[in-house]
Amino acid sequence: MTSTLTPARPAPPSTARIALARVGLELRLFARERQQVVFSFAYPLVMMVVFASVLGGDERPGGIPFAQYFLAGIAATGIMLTSFQAVGTAIAAEREAGLLGRLQLLGTPPAAYFAGKAGQVLVTTAVQLALLLPLARYAYDVPMPADLGHWLTFGWVAALGALAGTVLGIAVSALPGSASSVTTTISGFAIVLQFFSGVFFGFTELPGWMQQVAALFPLKWLTQGMRSAFLPEQAGAFEVAGGWEHGRTALVLVAWVIIGVMVCTRTFRWRRAAG
Amino acid sequence: MTTTAVAPPPVRTGNAPAVTVRGLVKTYGGTTVLDGLDLDVHRGECFALLGPNGAGKTTTIEVLEGVRRRDAGTVSVLGEDPATAGRTWRARLGVVSQGEGAGQALSVRETLDHFARYTSTPRPVDELLAAVGLTGQADARVAGLSGGQRRRLAVALGVQNRPELVFLDEPTTGMDPVARRQFWQLVRDLRADGTTVLLTTHYLDEAAELADRVGVVAGGRLVEVAPPAELGAGLRREATVRWREPGGWREVRTEQPAGVLRDLLAAHPCGEVPDLTVTRPGLEDVYLALVGATPGGDPR
Repeated sequence: MTSTLTPARPAPPSTARIALARVGLELRLFARERQQVVFSFAYPLVMMVVFASVLGGDERPGGIPFAQYFLAGIAATGIMLTSFQAVGTAIAAEREAGLLGRLQLLGTPPAAYFAGKAGQVLVTTAVQLALLLPLARYAYDVPMPADLGHWLTFGWVAALGALAGTVLGIAVSALPGSASSVTTTISGFAIVLQFFSGVFFGFTELPGWMQQVAALFPLKWLTQGMRSAFLPEQAGAFEVAGGWEHGRTALVLVAWVIIGVMVCTRTFRWRRAAG
Repeated sequence: MTTTAVAPPPVRTGNAPAVTVRGLVKTYGGTTVLDGLDLDVHRGECFALLGPNGAGKTTTIEVLEGVRRRDAGTVSVLGEDPATAGRTWRARLGVVSQGEGAGQALSVRETLDHFARYTSTPRPVDELLAAVGLTGQADARVAGLSGGQRRRLAVALGVQNRPELVFLDEPTTGMDPVARRQFWQLVRDLRADGTTVLLTTHYLDEAAELADRVGVVAGGRLVEVAPPAELGAGLRREATVRWREPGGWREVRTEQPAGVLRDLLAAHPCGEVPDLTVTRPGLEDVYLALVGATPGGDPR
């Protein structure tokens, strides 16, 4: 916009440019937060070691070794940890510290802020999986995805799961209460959802109502999608639907991302409500 | 000067005030914080909102910044309504606020480098560091800064985009005297560039030092607006003549103390008038009278 009355000030930087700056910032801050780094990366590894050591001799439906079945679940849990949990607690804390208020004053587009979170989540999730998979492969003889097709399945399921988790984390950060109470709520919800979604137990062993509740949230689909990448093709017959349901998995995760972004851009608050 | 690539935007010299507020009302729950506040800030001036805590200074600033909704009244900031204005409007504003940057784990320089990417008209980082006296702390983590140093970083962030209008909400709270003086110089430099400054403070000396005009806020309204030296002119004209008589203290308030003195001296033809003083209220007395508090009394 140029007019003779209004001295030209160059247009503000684009949303994409700010988003790029945000991704760099988020990664730098993440890397410097030692506790967060250790927790995010070590949790799935420790869980893998503990469960595979204790229940390593068990078999899952279809004669699948426990460690193989569990890797799919713990990979999905790890993704939820680096997306949903990390994002939800970080935003609540940043809001409380006034960092978001600063962004609002600068006219930061919310989309740029969300993109920064999503970028950070994708990178940290990739690092986390890059640590978990070799552990399962070399310590517990879990076979990796059988071919390129299965690797691709692994890739899109992980990416969509991370994005859906990010969106859900942004949404949940708007819960009322202090940052520490939001953190507690998020952790509690995440733990319950893990049990409901078949991370620790075979999903088909769960009661029907639990399965139905879990089917509303991304983690169940993320876990199922991971099984389709790591388990042999015929194991799909032991799923609730008798198959891997790739179409439905993609649909649910994409729906979470799209509807979530629409809801978040409307309900997102830079500041805590005034008392 | 090596900053020709990003020259400061031209100063607007139009007659339109930088800020116009009429009948601003804001209530929280059942409490009225702003009760019909009127305010005009002219282009290029430094205006200080002075008042006790809880008088509504910060709420006023937040409404003007467009981060707080108002319940009634009209507001125009740089020609736009803050409640609906967009990014191009924000790009012309600077805000020195309490939140100090992007994260505790960043260094001062990293913080400024990062936020430089949010504006199309950034000041060079080294120039900013020097202006706020943080050159020596450029590589220190924000987490390790003292309270005063954090305020200086907040100031640097507030003016990074070469704003036309800067909001300073109690900018020197927590600063030591040296830092305060450096900060005052920074405000003078901003003004020399033609920047309009609206600051809130509860320090009278700061208002007197920096402001062209001072507005005293009390009970959610602007109760007086004047240059610092003329603040409470009516109150200041009145002098207090005080002396002692055998029965106790006597006190006369008058706009013509000379007449009172003449009578007094006539009554004491040979000798001193015991403990005679003539005083006029200072800025602080005027301020306390305006906000409805008495010296030494409870400000509420």
